[in-house]
Amino acid sequence: MTLDQISRGTPVRILDVTGDDTLAIRLMEMGLIEGERIELIGAAPLGDPLEFSVRGYRLSLRANEAKRVIVELVSGREP
Amino acid sequence: MTAPHELTVVLIGNPNTGKSTLFTALSGMHTRIANFPGCTVEKKLGMYQDQGVKITLVDLPGTYSLSPRSLDEMVSVDVLLGRQADVGKIDAVICIADAANLERNLYLYTQVREIGVPVVLCLNMWDLAEARGIVVDREALSQRLGVPVVVTSAHRNVGITELKAAIHRVVGTSIAPVRPEFPAAFNHEITQLSQWMQAKYGAVPPLFLLERMLLDVGGESEKKLAMALSPELLPVLAASRERLAEQGCRVPAIETKVRYQWLREQLTGVVTRSSPVERVTTSDRIDKVLTHKVTGVIAFVAVMLLIFLSIFAGAAPFMDAIQAVQGWAAGWVESVMGPGTLRSLIVDGVIGGVGSVVVFVPQIALLFLFIAIMEDCGYMSRAAFLMDKLMTKIGLSGKSFVPLMSSFACAVPGVMAARVIENRQDRMLTILIAPLMSCSARLPVYMLMIGAFVPENVYVAKVIPLQGLVLFAMYSVGALVAIPVAWILRKFVFKGETPPFVMELPSYKWPSPKIVLSRVYDRVKAFVLRAGTLIFCTTVLVWAAAYFPEDHSHEMQLQSEIAQWEAELTVGWDQPALGRRPTTPEGDAPQGGPAFEANLSHPTSTSHEAKQAQLDQLREEAHLVSGQLLADSYLGRSGRLIEPLVRPLGWDWRIGVSVIASFPAREVVLATLGTIFSLGSEVADEGEENEKRFASTLQSATWPDGRPLFTLPVAVSIMVFFALCAQCAATLMIIRRETNSWRWPIVTFVYMTGLAYVAAFMVYQVGSRL
Repeated sequence: MTLDQISRGTPVRILDVTGDDTLAIRLMEMGLIEGERIELIGAAPLGDPLEFSVRGYRLSLRANEAKRVIVELVSGREP
Repeated sequence: MTAPHELTVVLIGNPNTGKSTLFTALSGMHTRIANFPGCTVEKKLGMYQDQGVKITLVDLPGTYSLSPRSLDEMVSVDVLLGRQADVGKIDAVICIADAANLERNLYLYTQVREIGVPVVLCLNMWDLAEARGIVVDREALSQRLGVPVVVTSAHRNVGITELKAAIHRVVGTSIAPVRPEFPAAFNHEITQLSQWMQAKYGAVPPLFLLERMLLDVGGESEKKLAMALSPELLPVLAASRERLAEQGCRVPAIETKVRYQWLREQLTGVVTRSSPVERVTTSDRIDKVLTHKVTGVIAFVAVMLLIFLSIFAGAAPFMDAIQAVQGWAAGWVESVMGPGTLRSLIVDGVIGGVGSVVVFVPQIALLFLFIAIMEDCGYMSRAAFLMDKLMTKIGLSGKSFVPLMSSFACAVPGVMAARVIENRQDRMLTILIAPLMSCSARLPVYMLMIGAFVPENVYVAKVIPLQGLVLFAMYSVGALVAIPVAWILRKFVFKGETPPFVMELPSYKWPSPKIVLSRVYDRVKAFVLRAGTLIFCTTVLVWAAAYFPEDHSHEMQLQSEIAQWEAELTVGWDQPALGRRPTTPEGDAPQGGPAFEANLSHPTSTSHEAKQAQLDQLREEAHLVSGQLLADSYLGRSGRLIEPLVRPLGWDWRIGVSVIASFPAREVVLATLGTIFSLGSEVADEGEENEKRFASTLQSATWPDGRPLFTLPVAVSIMVFFALCAQCAATLMIIRRETNSWRWPIVTFVYMTGLAYVAAFMVYQVGSRL
């Protein structure tokens, strides 16, 4: 499952950020590291970008950027 | 060691940490703004005295990390390493962090401290963190990190003295070797790389750059070194990264992993909470409303409308006042100086030139007032968040919205506002298309042409007035053309991967009036000092081209006669039949021509009406002379020269001259048209009578063979040209200033003039065949 697919109010855990380009580096620098928890807060009125809560701050990502972050549900296994 | 008399201190930190606030709190109003050579990064210096030492504070752009991926980002690294020649050696670094969000903020700190320069860690917005129940044991943090930790609330001036003292304490000390430990495999590769470079090139870059080179795949340090040394470096780096990946140290992930892990260990027990973690903060609740599908959009439209109307209409009284002062100053000079070249230079060149700069100040000040408030309170990033989807459709990002919207009022503040876009590609693209938005200076041109040549009382589909429709079309054409232009620029000029949007949405807070005002002051100062001089020079140059090389003595004589008649008429109005005859100034030999005869033949006591008629005749004569002088000036000659070029647009040389003369600003075209069609430049002033006179003269203007000059296709061709052209020196000069290069204003001028020419050509050629 990738970060653009999660639903609001369900915290997930980050497994990996794919790629080694500018975007991947930027995502990791913003604290999206393996093992970190992240949660969807909402979306812009046109559906994109998305707003997340991670490491105690609010982060905005476009859906196609969030796609680069692989996550799993915190409680159960990945569906 | 004796204390030094001068210190250079660098201020660095993440965006939204109150860095500018701290900068202002430390250095007050003593700032200098310039650009770092060869790039678009603004160099902001602040000066202050402390304990008898002169301190120069260098403000670096807000950044989340020190992994340079562009030339602009490389500047910060070069400054910190003391490799930036125009800054020199660094004595200390203040690393500022948001006290409420230490973990992510300190990531940058872990990189900064590896440079080896003494660091003071400043935890800012301390009061806000306390209010949110976040407690930081700063003693413990200072012990663990081995650097002084100072807490500040810069917007309330709290902790500034302690920070200044801490800077003095660290200068000259060596930084404790407390840092995240990279895996042995990584260190091994760095040693290998260093040895390889030593053997191959006989020199090794500083350890910090060496590490950056290995860690930043496709980054600026890799590019720079490979370019400076040899491309052989790249496969060596790739092999090294591959070996690391095999050993479980995947580059670039390894760096963020090591640093964040280390930070979490350091912060455990240091950051605690006095109240339980709020899952939904006040800021979140505000956000719910302001980014909501309905309320968020309504709020956004309201805010943008307010900003737009403020710079479009709200700035008008101030601009009128500036023009009134300008008119008053010109009038005063005319009253104390006789007509002459010097007077013309002062009135039309100098006063006009200063006016053409100052007239932008109200719009710039108002726009930056709003931008500073929005940035300081946290709404700016929400505006980008709301508009991003829409703007990506034309290859831009949400951050381009405010600059482009502002450009509909005036491109000068619009281009300046583009500095809120951190990404260079996005920023350049926004700057290059901003002048296509229909600004308020085009409006007078549209109004004259539409009023004179688009039939009134004609309705499309029975309800839409044709005049209004044409005006709307003129307003939209620039924005519509901007879409393919942006697409082409993105495809061929600013190519490469789409810049990441990844952006923090900071917590909302009350904007600080002091910070807002100081930012407005900074921008106005930067505009007047750095773009203003260029705009002023352009105005003076165009004045000279329109004035020389002709002999203006006849015009001057007419002007002094008119002045005397005007004076007499005013006197005569108050005290009838005084019978004073205007005298010619001594030594000014009377010349022939109707003006002279009119002067001679006027009786000593005439009725007021007769005097008025004489005066009108004189004025008409002066208008004819001025028109002829302009036609024979360098400007007029160049207009004649380019006539073959503008003929396909349906224009004669007189229109050509007027368009060239409008280079300083579009609206100047009206005054020039007025002069060259012998109406006097005053005809361009507001007023219904002026408009009617202007329109009827243009309607009756003809080609030498008697055909009417202005037809509807010609009028539309002129309007379309003005919609798309770059006849605005101020915009070009501000682009020069913001991009720190002459290349981009030239590109803008060439592409816009080209577009304008082609569009005007098509409109005229198609229109005149219909």
